[in-house]
Amino acid sequence: MILAFYPADWSPVCGDQMALYNEVLPEFQKHGAKLLGISVDGVWCHAAFAKDRRLRFPLLADFHPKGAVAQSYGAYRENDGYSERALFVIDKNGVIAWSYCSPVAVNPGADGILEALDELAPRAETSHR
Amino acid sequence: MATLKVPVTPEDHIQGDPDAELTLLEYGDYECPHCGRAYGIVKQVQKHFGRRLRFVFRNFPLTQIHPHAQTAAETAEFAGAHGLFWEMHDLIFENQDRLGLPLLFALTEELGLDPQGLRDALTAGEFEPRVRRDFLSGVRSGVNGTPTFFVGEQRHDGPWELENLVTALEARRALV
Repeated sequence: MILAFYPADWSPVCGDQMALYNEVLPEFQKHGAKLLGISVDGVWCHAAFAKDRRLRFPLLADFHPKGAVAQSYGAYRENDGYSERALFVIDKNGVIAWSYCSPVAVNPGADGILEALDELAPRAETSHR
Repeated sequence: MATLKVPVTPEDHIQGDPDAELTLLEYGDYECPHCGRAYGIVKQVQKHFGRRLRFVFRNFPLTQIHPHAQTAAETAEFAGAHGLFWEMHDLIFENQDRLGLPLLFALTEELGLDPQGLRDALTAGEFEPRVRRDFLSGVRSGVNGTPTFFVGEQRHDGPWELENLVTALEARRALV
Protein backbone atom coordinates (compact mmCIF):
# COMPACT_ATOMS: atom_id res chain seq x y z
CA MET A 1 0.00 0.00 0.00
CA ILE A 2 1.25 3.43 -0.92
CA LEU A 3 -0.11 6.31 1.13
CA ALA A 4 0.61 9.69 -0.45
CA PHE A 5 -0.14 12.75 1.67
CA TYR A 6 -0.27 15.98 -0.32
CA PRO A 7 -1.20 19.52 0.70
CA ALA A 8 -4.24 20.22 -1.45
CA ASP A 9 -6.28 19.45 -4.55
CA TRP A 10 -6.11 21.81 -7.52
CA SER A 11 -2.45 22.74 -7.45
CA PRO A 12 -1.96 24.95 -10.48
CA VAL A 13 0.74 23.03 -12.36
CA CYS A 14 0.39 20.39 -15.02
CA GLY A 15 1.94 17.12 -14.25
CA ASP A 16 1.39 17.67 -10.55
CA GLN A 17 2.07 14.92 -8.07
CA MET A 18 -1.29 13.14 -8.36
CA ALA A 19 -1.29 13.40 -12.17
CA LEU A 20 2.14 11.80 -12.20
CA TYR A 21 1.08 8.94 -9.93
CA ASN A 22 -1.97 8.46 -12.12
CA GLU A 23 0.38 7.77 -15.04
CA VAL A 24 2.73 5.56 -13.05
CA LEU A 25 -0.17 3.59 -11.52
CA PRO A 26 0.31 0.50 -13.76
CA GLU A 27 3.90 0.22 -12.46
CA PHE A 28 2.71 0.37 -8.85
CA GLN A 29 0.12 -2.30 -9.65
CA LYS A 30 2.78 -4.56 -11.18
CA HIS A 31 4.34 -4.59 -7.72
CA GLY A 32 0.97 -5.53 -6.23
CA ALA A 33 0.70 -2.13 -4.58
CA LYS A 34 -2.42 -0.03 -4.13
CA LEU A 35 -2.17 3.75 -4.09
CA LEU A 36 -4.18 6.08 -1.88
CA GLY A 37 -3.91 9.85 -2.09
CA ILE A 38 -4.85 11.79 1.04
CA SER A 39 -5.29 15.46 1.83
CA VAL A 40 -7.43 17.61 4.12
CA ASP A 41 -9.80 18.45 1.25
CA GLY A 42 -13.39 17.27 1.65
CA VAL A 43 -15.13 14.50 -0.22
CA TRP A 44 -16.86 16.71 -2.82
CA CYS A 45 -13.69 18.60 -3.54
CA HIS A 46 -11.86 15.32 -4.07
CA ALA A 47 -14.64 14.04 -6.31
CA ALA A 48 -14.43 17.10 -8.56
CA PHE A 49 -10.64 17.00 -8.61
CA ALA A 50 -10.49 13.27 -9.37
CA LYS A 51 -12.99 13.67 -12.17
CA ASP A 52 -11.19 16.63 -13.70
CA ARG A 53 -7.79 14.93 -13.59
CA ARG A 54 -9.21 11.49 -14.49
CA LEU A 55 -7.55 9.95 -11.44
CA ARG A 56 -7.73 6.16 -11.40
CA PHE A 57 -7.04 5.70 -7.70
CA PRO A 58 -8.96 6.73 -4.55
CA LEU A 59 -8.44 9.98 -2.67
CA LEU A 60 -9.06 9.96 1.07
CA ALA A 61 -10.51 12.99 2.86
CA ASP A 62 -8.60 13.74 6.06
CA PHE A 63 -11.27 16.35 6.70
CA HIS A 64 -12.93 15.65 10.03
CA PRO A 65 -11.35 15.81 12.47
CA LYS A 66 -9.15 17.82 10.20
CA GLY A 67 -5.72 16.34 9.56
CA ALA A 68 -6.11 13.57 12.17
CA VAL A 69 -4.64 10.91 9.89
CA ALA A 70 -1.76 13.16 8.86
CA GLN A 71 -1.09 13.91 12.53
CA SER A 72 -0.95 10.23 13.38
CA TYR A 73 1.70 9.80 10.70
CA GLY A 74 3.62 12.85 11.89
CA ALA A 75 2.90 14.51 8.56
CA TYR A 76 0.71 17.47 9.54
CA ARG A 77 1.76 21.10 9.20
CA GLU A 78 -0.05 22.59 12.16
CA ASN A 79 0.66 26.22 11.23
CA ASP A 80 -0.48 25.79 7.64
CA GLY A 81 -3.47 23.55 8.25
CA TYR A 82 -2.53 20.97 5.67
CA SER A 83 -0.31 17.94 5.41
CA GLU A 84 3.26 17.56 4.25
CA ARG A 85 4.12 15.97 0.94
CA ALA A 86 4.85 12.73 2.72
CA LEU A 87 5.00 9.27 1.20
CA PHE A 88 4.60 5.96 3.00
CA VAL A 89 4.99 2.46 1.64
CA ILE A 90 3.25 0.01 3.94
CA ASP A 91 3.90 -3.70 3.65
CA LYS A 92 1.47 -6.63 3.88
CA ASN A 93 1.84 -6.78 7.66
CA GLY A 94 0.87 -3.16 8.05
CA VAL A 95 4.40 -2.07 8.82
CA ILE A 96 5.80 1.13 7.30
CA ALA A 97 8.60 -0.15 5.08
CA TRP A 98 9.65 3.20 3.64
CA SER A 99 8.76 6.84 4.05
CA TYR A 100 9.85 10.13 2.62
CA CYS A 101 8.93 13.70 3.42
CA SER A 102 9.54 16.12 0.57
CA PRO A 103 9.89 19.88 0.93
CA VAL A 104 6.30 21.05 0.56
CA ALA A 105 6.98 22.96 -2.67
CA VAL A 106 8.79 20.04 -4.32
CA ASN A 107 6.92 17.25 -6.06
CA PRO A 108 8.81 14.16 -4.87
CA GLY A 109 8.27 12.15 -8.05
CA ALA A 110 7.78 8.40 -8.04
CA ASP A 111 11.34 7.04 -8.14
CA GLY A 112 11.60 6.61 -4.36
CA ILE A 113 8.32 4.69 -4.18
CA LEU A 114 9.35 2.33 -6.99
CA GLU A 115 12.72 1.67 -5.37
CA ALA A 116 10.99 0.90 -2.08
CA LEU A 117 8.60 -1.50 -3.84
CA ASP A 118 11.56 -3.16 -5.61
CA GLU A 119 13.17 -3.76 -2.24
CA LEU A 120 9.99 -5.14 -0.72
CA ALA A 121 9.31 -7.64 -3.48
CA PRO A 122 12.13 -10.14 -2.82
CA ARG A 123 11.61 -9.86 0.93
CA ALA A 124 7.90 -10.58 0.63
CA GLU A 125 8.69 -13.69 -1.44
CA THR A 126 11.22 -14.93 1.06
CA SER A 127 8.86 -14.60 3.97
CA HIS A 128 6.35 -16.83 2.16
CA ARG A 129 8.76 -19.75 1.98
CA MET B 1 19.17 15.00 -5.59
CA ALA B 2 17.61 13.12 -8.49
CA THR B 3 19.97 11.88 -11.16
CA LEU B 4 19.51 10.40 -14.61
CA LYS B 5 19.23 6.63 -14.17
CA VAL B 6 19.26 5.70 -17.85
CA PRO B 7 22.30 7.18 -19.61
CA VAL B 8 22.08 8.79 -23.03
CA THR B 9 22.72 6.27 -25.80
CA PRO B 10 22.77 6.52 -29.61
CA GLU B 11 19.18 5.25 -29.51
CA ASP B 12 18.15 8.57 -28.00
CA HIS B 13 17.09 11.54 -30.08
CA ILE B 14 20.17 13.72 -29.95
CA GLN B 15 20.43 17.13 -31.56
CA GLY B 16 23.89 18.57 -32.06
CA ASP B 17 27.30 16.93 -31.78
CA PRO B 18 26.83 13.52 -30.07
CA ASP B 19 30.24 14.00 -28.43
CA ALA B 20 29.59 17.56 -27.24
CA GLU B 21 30.98 18.41 -23.80
CA LEU B 22 27.58 19.54 -22.45
CA THR B 23 24.27 17.71 -22.39
CA LEU B 24 20.82 19.16 -21.83
CA LEU B 25 18.10 16.52 -21.65
CA GLU B 26 14.38 17.21 -21.53
CA TYR B 27 11.54 14.92 -20.56
CA GLY B 28 8.60 16.51 -22.33
CA ASP B 29 4.97 16.19 -23.36
CA TYR B 30 3.82 17.62 -26.70
CA GLU B 31 0.51 18.77 -25.26
CA CYS B 32 1.92 20.42 -22.14
CA PRO B 33 1.79 24.21 -22.54
CA HIS B 34 4.88 24.62 -20.35
CA CYS B 35 6.80 22.34 -22.71
CA GLY B 36 5.53 24.47 -25.56
CA ARG B 37 7.11 27.49 -23.92
CA ALA B 38 10.26 25.55 -23.06
CA TYR B 39 10.63 24.67 -26.75
CA GLY B 40 11.61 28.24 -27.61
CA ILE B 41 13.89 28.54 -24.60
CA VAL B 42 15.76 25.35 -25.52
CA LYS B 43 16.35 26.78 -29.02
CA GLN B 44 17.93 29.85 -27.42
CA VAL B 45 20.09 27.70 -25.14
CA GLN B 46 21.28 25.75 -28.17
CA LYS B 47 22.10 28.98 -29.97
CA HIS B 48 24.02 30.22 -26.93
CA PHE B 49 26.25 27.14 -26.61
CA GLY B 50 26.44 26.15 -30.28
CA ARG B 51 28.56 23.08 -30.92
CA ARG B 52 29.44 22.69 -27.25
CA LEU B 53 25.96 21.41 -26.43
CA ARG B 54 23.93 18.37 -27.37
CA PHE B 55 20.19 18.35 -26.68
CA VAL B 56 18.32 15.13 -25.95
CA PHE B 57 14.54 14.78 -25.93
CA ARG B 58 12.69 11.93 -24.22
CA ASN B 59 8.94 11.39 -24.17
CA PHE B 60 7.01 11.90 -20.97
CA PRO B 61 3.35 12.06 -22.02
CA LEU B 62 0.86 12.66 -19.21
CA THR B 63 -1.86 10.80 -21.04
CA GLN B 64 -4.67 11.17 -18.53
CA ILE B 65 -4.65 14.97 -18.55
CA HIS B 66 -3.41 15.37 -22.14
CA PRO B 67 -5.47 13.20 -24.51
CA HIS B 68 -3.28 13.91 -27.57
CA ALA B 69 0.13 13.62 -25.89
CA GLN B 70 0.64 9.90 -26.52
CA THR B 71 -0.43 10.09 -30.17
CA ALA B 72 1.82 13.11 -30.71
CA ALA B 73 4.77 11.28 -29.15
CA GLU B 74 4.17 8.22 -31.34
CA THR B 75 3.88 10.46 -34.41
CA ALA B 76 7.26 12.04 -33.64
CA GLU B 77 8.73 8.54 -33.23
CA PHE B 78 7.15 7.50 -36.53
CA ALA B 79 8.86 10.45 -38.22
CA GLY B 80 12.04 9.51 -36.35
CA ALA B 81 11.95 6.05 -37.90
CA HIS B 82 12.20 7.91 -41.23
CA GLY B 83 15.01 10.15 -40.05
CA LEU B 84 12.75 13.15 -39.45
CA PHE B 85 12.31 13.15 -35.67
CA TRP B 86 13.46 16.71 -35.03
CA GLU B 87 11.50 18.10 -37.97
CA MET B 88 8.30 16.59 -36.56
CA HIS B 89 9.23 17.52 -32.97
CA ASP B 90 9.63 21.17 -33.99
CA LEU B 91 6.48 21.27 -36.11
CA ILE B 92 4.32 19.80 -33.33
CA PHE B 93 5.51 22.33 -30.76
CA GLU B 94 5.21 25.20 -33.25
CA ASN B 95 1.58 24.23 -33.89
CA GLN B 96 0.76 23.06 -30.37
CA ASP B 97 -2.40 25.18 -30.16
CA ARG B 98 -3.93 23.04 -32.93
CA LEU B 99 -2.71 19.67 -31.63
CA GLY B 100 -4.92 16.76 -32.62
CA LEU B 101 -5.08 13.97 -35.17
CA PRO B 102 -5.83 16.28 -38.15
CA LEU B 103 -2.72 18.34 -37.37
CA LEU B 104 -0.51 15.26 -36.92
CA PHE B 105 -1.60 13.86 -40.27
CA ALA B 106 -1.18 17.23 -41.97
CA LEU B 107 2.37 17.53 -40.59
CA THR B 108 3.13 13.99 -41.73
CA GLU B 109 2.16 14.95 -45.26
CA GLU B 110 4.06 18.22 -44.99
CA LEU B 111 7.22 16.25 -44.24
CA GLY B 112 6.61 14.00 -47.25
CA LEU B 113 5.79 10.94 -45.14
CA ASP B 114 3.02 8.47 -45.84
CA PRO B 115 -0.14 9.22 -43.79
CA GLN B 116 -1.28 5.62 -44.22
CA GLY B 117 2.02 4.52 -42.68
CA LEU B 118 1.30 6.73 -39.67
CA ARG B 119 -2.25 5.40 -39.42
CA ASP B 120 -0.93 1.81 -39.43
CA ALA B 121 1.77 2.58 -36.87
CA LEU B 122 -0.70 4.27 -34.52
CA THR B 123 -3.24 1.46 -34.86
CA ALA B 124 -0.63 -1.22 -34.24
CA GLY B 125 0.94 0.76 -31.40
CA GLU B 126 4.28 0.31 -33.14
CA PHE B 127 5.99 3.08 -31.21
CA GLU B 128 4.12 2.70 -27.96
CA PRO B 129 6.87 0.61 -26.28
CA ARG B 130 9.48 3.21 -27.19
CA VAL B 131 7.41 6.03 -25.70
CA ARG B 132 6.70 3.95 -22.58
CA ARG B 133 10.39 3.15 -22.20
CA ASP B 134 11.23 6.85 -22.28
CA PHE B 135 8.47 7.53 -19.75
CA LEU B 136 9.64 4.84 -17.33
CA SER B 137 13.26 5.95 -17.57
CA GLY B 138 12.00 9.38 -16.53
CA VAL B 139 9.99 8.04 -13.61
CA ARG B 140 13.04 6.14 -12.37
CA SER B 141 15.14 9.28 -12.69
CA GLY B 142 12.78 11.37 -10.56
CA VAL B 143 10.95 13.24 -13.31
CA ASN B 144 8.10 14.88 -11.44
CA GLY B 145 6.28 16.85 -14.11
CA THR B 146 6.80 18.34 -17.52
CA PRO B 147 9.09 19.68 -18.64
CA THR B 148 11.85 18.20 -16.48
CA PHE B 149 15.39 19.03 -17.52
CA PHE B 150 18.63 17.26 -16.73
CA VAL B 151 21.91 19.11 -16.98
CA GLY B 152 24.41 16.33 -17.45
CA GLU B 153 23.14 13.67 -15.06
CA GLN B 154 21.62 16.08 -12.55
CA ARG B 155 17.95 16.98 -12.47
CA HIS B 156 17.54 20.71 -12.88
CA ASP B 157 15.15 21.93 -10.19
CA GLY B 158 13.59 25.35 -10.08
CA PRO B 159 12.97 27.81 -12.92
CA TRP B 160 14.08 26.96 -16.45
CA GLU B 161 14.22 30.35 -18.09
CA LEU B 162 17.09 30.94 -20.52
CA GLU B 163 19.38 32.43 -17.89
CA ASN B 164 18.70 29.57 -15.42
CA LEU B 165 19.57 26.88 -17.94
CA VAL B 166 22.62 28.74 -19.21
CA THR B 167 23.88 29.22 -15.65
CA ALA B 168 23.32 25.56 -14.80
CA LEU B 169 25.13 24.42 -17.93
CA GLU B 170 28.03 26.83 -17.34
CA ALA B 171 28.34 25.55 -13.77
CA ARG B 172 28.39 22.02 -15.10
CA ARG B 173 31.10 22.96 -17.58
CA ALA B 174 33.23 24.34 -14.78
CA LEU B 175 33.05 20.93 -13.12
CA VAL B 176 33.99 18.90 -16.20
